[in-house]
Amino acid sequence: MAHFVSFVAGLIFALGLVLGGMTQPGKVIGFLDVSGPWDPSLAFVMGAALLVYGVAFRLTTGRSKPVFAQRFQIPSRRDLPPRLFVGAGLFGVGWALAGFCPGPAIVGAGSGMTEALLFLPGMVGGMTLFRAWDGYMTEQRAARERAERAVVPTAANQETNGAAA
Amino acid sequence: MENFTPIASTIGGALIGLSAAMMMLFHGRIAGISGIVSGLLGPRPGEVAWRLAFFVGLLAGGLVLGFALPDFFSVEVTRSPLAIVAAGVIVGFGTRLGSGCTSGHGVCGISRFSRRSILATLTFMGTGAITAAVVTQLFGGVI
Repeated sequence: MAHFVSFVAGLIFALGLVLGGMTQPGKVIGFLDVSGPWDPSLAFVMGAALLVYGVAFRLTTGRSKPVFAQRFQIPSRRDLPPRLFVGAGLFGVGWALAGFCPGPAIVGAGSGMTEALLFLPGMVGGMTLFRAWDGYMTEQRAARERAERAVVPTAANQETNGAAA
Repeated sequence: MENFTPIASTIGGALIGLSAAMMMLFHGRIAGISGIVSGLLGPRPGEVAWRLAFFVGLLAGGLVLGFALPDFFSVEVTRSPLAIVAAGVIVGFGTRLGSGCTSGHGVCGISRFSRRSILATLTFMGTGAITAAVVTQLFGGVI
């Protein structure tokens, strides 16, 4: 039942993206490109989504827990690291280059749209690349911290030895 | 203004909000598409089925709507296959580096008044606007 609800939510999300015009790369680019004849439709998509979700989110999270889960998992981070801006900046470039963001690329691929069928594997490849890079960076940082910890206790031991002598 | 569709777009946006609200009400999760997909690439126990079901819902929706509403899948821009694949790679990497896309930051995050999401959304709208203008003005709309 829980997974069926997820599936239905996916269907509704897809219908929303399609009616909103998000699966039309020309329309998306027509919104982003304010240097040409501007199409403000996507602002209506976002405005309506914000209104509905803004109200529903507050009503929903007033409950003690979700229907099928033990707790609400709401992002709690408040930091503003460079990677947030670099990542969002890159995303905007790719979004405007092809006219697809992740959701419409999946819906477009489902419809058999050639452009989405090219974009989606690229997107999954980019995510895989990120996971590899992020994993490598995390491992490097852990290794540095291990090396630093290995040095500190030695110094402490020497002090202890010195005090004993 | 060209092809302005305020009514269809408002209905579409409301449905996106409804779907995201369902994910919060039933699963307690943010309906961020890039995060949902990324979670399928390095699967953890208990994190696969709900993501896969949502992902399949998006694909199935596309399959049905491709037949029902073919006009809503028109391309109307000239992009080479190389540019499209490269854009996909950039979007995949960028959305994970920046922890979200149009849905996670743009809809769910802004609704919560998250400072991170508001700034991320302004950033990707900004670089998107610059990129779109550059392609139109410097490349004649073809890339």
